[in-house]
Amino acid sequence: MTEDIARSTVTAQEQAVEERKERDAERAFRAAPKLDKSPIHGLWALTNRDLVKWYKNPVQLIISLVQPVVWLGLFGKAFNISGLVSGNLPPAALNAINLGTFGTTSYFSYLGAGMLAFIILFTAAFSGMSVVWDRRFGFMNKAMSTPVGRGAIVTAKVLQSVVRSLIQAAIVLVIAVVLGMDTANFSLMTIGGSFVMLFLMSFGLSSLFVMLALRSSDWQTQMAIINLLNLPLLFASNAMLPVKTMPSWLQSVVGYNPVSYAVDGVRQLLLGSGSSSAAAAGYQVLAPLWVDFSVLTGFAAVLSVLGIVLSWRLLSK
Amino acid sequence: MTNEPIVKVEGLTKTFGNLKAVDGVTFEIMEGEIFGFLGPNGAGKTTTISMLTTLLRATSGKAEVNGLDIHKHPNEVRRRVGVVPQEYTADEDLTGLQNIILCADLYGIPRSNSKAHAMELLKLVELEDAADRKVSTYSGGMRRRLELASGLINYPKLLFLDEPTLGLDVQTRTAVWNYIRMLKESYGMTLFLTTHYLEEADSLCDRIAIIDHGHIVKVGTPSELKASIGGDVIVVGVAESGPDISADIAKIPLVKDVKKSDHEYRIKSEVGEESSIKVIDLVRSKGLHVTKISLTKPTLDEAYLEFTGKSIREEEVGKMDAFKQRVTMMRARR
Repeated sequence: MTEDIARSTVTAQEQAVEERKERDAERAFRAAPKLDKSPIHGLWALTNRDLVKWYKNPVQLIISLVQPVVWLGLFGKAFNISGLVSGNLPPAALNAINLGTFGTTSYFSYLGAGMLAFIILFTAAFSGMSVVWDRRFGFMNKAMSTPVGRGAIVTAKVLQSVVRSLIQAAIVLVIAVVLGMDTANFSLMTIGGSFVMLFLMSFGLSSLFVMLALRSSDWQTQMAIINLLNLPLLFASNAMLPVKTMPSWLQSVVGYNPVSYAVDGVRQLLLGSGSSSAAAAGYQVLAPLWVDFSVLTGFAAVLSVLGIVLSWRLLSK
Repeated sequence: MTNEPIVKVEGLTKTFGNLKAVDGVTFEIMEGEIFGFLGPNGAGKTTTISMLTTLLRATSGKAEVNGLDIHKHPNEVRRRVGVVPQEYTADEDLTGLQNIILCADLYGIPRSNSKAHAMELLKLVELEDAADRKVSTYSGGMRRRLELASGLINYPKLLFLDEPTLGLDVQTRTAVWNYIRMLKESYGMTLFLTTHYLEEADSLCDRIAIIDHGHIVKVGTPSELKASIGGDVIVVGVAESGPDISADIAKIPLVKDVKKSDHEYRIKSEVGEESSIKVIDLVRSKGLHVTKISLTKPTLDEAYLEFTGKSIREEEVGKMDAFKQRVTMMRARR
């Protein structure tokens, strides 16, 4: 008798659970809502996903800052031109040498501007990796089975890399200033202008590396591509060393490297390396500021359009 | 079940280089049914689903999903169908709820609706308590249920499930089967699932297509498929070697075939229960003693092996697919 009661209670409970499930499902399938078909909706969702993953994991941010800080703190401080020659020279002559070679008062400030480009370049280079991981771990398939635009998938990868790289560049700039970067030319205009330059460079480079990863699901290949392109882009530019001491063949390569134009623009804005006094001391800018700006705009525009066009062809098999 | 086809496929083909992964398959899925693709590894099941959900471009052939041509309106097709892929696609660094809302965003469902809807779907698959936990802490069964919930976010009438129970334990598999049945029975959804588990196809599907080497070799209800290999087997043992009554047994309605060996009659019948009684009556009326009787129902296994052959498939798996499958199995077993 008691057993019977116990059994009927169990079935009543089971029935209640069943009914609740059905009610939930009923609600879950009521009339579908009006859809927001604007491409921005999906683009923002995808960008935001990567950014949330990034800022929830500060270790990644800290590690990515280590390299530029080591370059600045160790190399930038150790490469001490003033120390090499200061014994025999009056301070005025030393300043003239610095101004003529680096367009600013010290190598450290010169390298500081280069490091902004460095962190952008390295962050952009790894933007392709996140495409590879999404492919390997299935998320790319999920996104592809939804109506979100293929172009939005690619552009989101580019945008998240741009946002991350600019935030990291801002942190590097603060560290450089703390370590002794010359701030005489800093103003809202020059800092803002520099970040526009860096934005364009980041957009172009991120598009490039995302594009190279579109078809790849193999992270070793992707790492090889990153290593293949990163160091040449860095060393065949004016980011670390002055162009005029380079052999002439390398100088012409520097002139085709978009990184050089970003660094040149940033130096003219932040360090005043385009000033008449620097020119008088013998410093040569790579190009006038407006040329730097135009080259970078063109670079970003061409590569981002190319990335979107390729995404239509390459993302689906 | 209405008799309107919701999916119409005609001569769909996909070639990768020299390999014909799917070779001119033609079938229809009726609205409200559970349709299963049953086949060995590498038979072309996933490739077919990928083409119908517009992830892969078909090499040739036609297909309509929800009345929309997959070549002409891929975006509209994607908008209307739900997909639960074979591998786990959720982002491990996000919570279950965030994952579903992200999916909703990709379908363009406004947040004002998607938050509540996502929570309802999580309740449906009994994950509401884990909604705010990172997916990396989920077990394999929980992940599979999460995939199911995110496949439902866009209110689909038609849901594609690719190997929905791959690598799951028995409890979770039963739960997933129950969700699938509920979707059909309570909401009139149409489901297209692929599987290589025979008992899954048998217990879930209204109709099954057996697919092998890119061809559909047989379509039918599970009982039709079983019947098609010859029906039930009745074995009747007799005590003494009397007259051969095979010819008489063969005259019994529904009996298809009789074989006699020493003291045994091996009888194939379309409906074993009915025939066996008549066989016993007949044997006794001939003055013979029945020493034993057994009735065996054919399993889908037998039907399946009959149609696909017994050779083990060692098709070359792409490096990528092998990796994905390993990851899926690894995660499922956690």
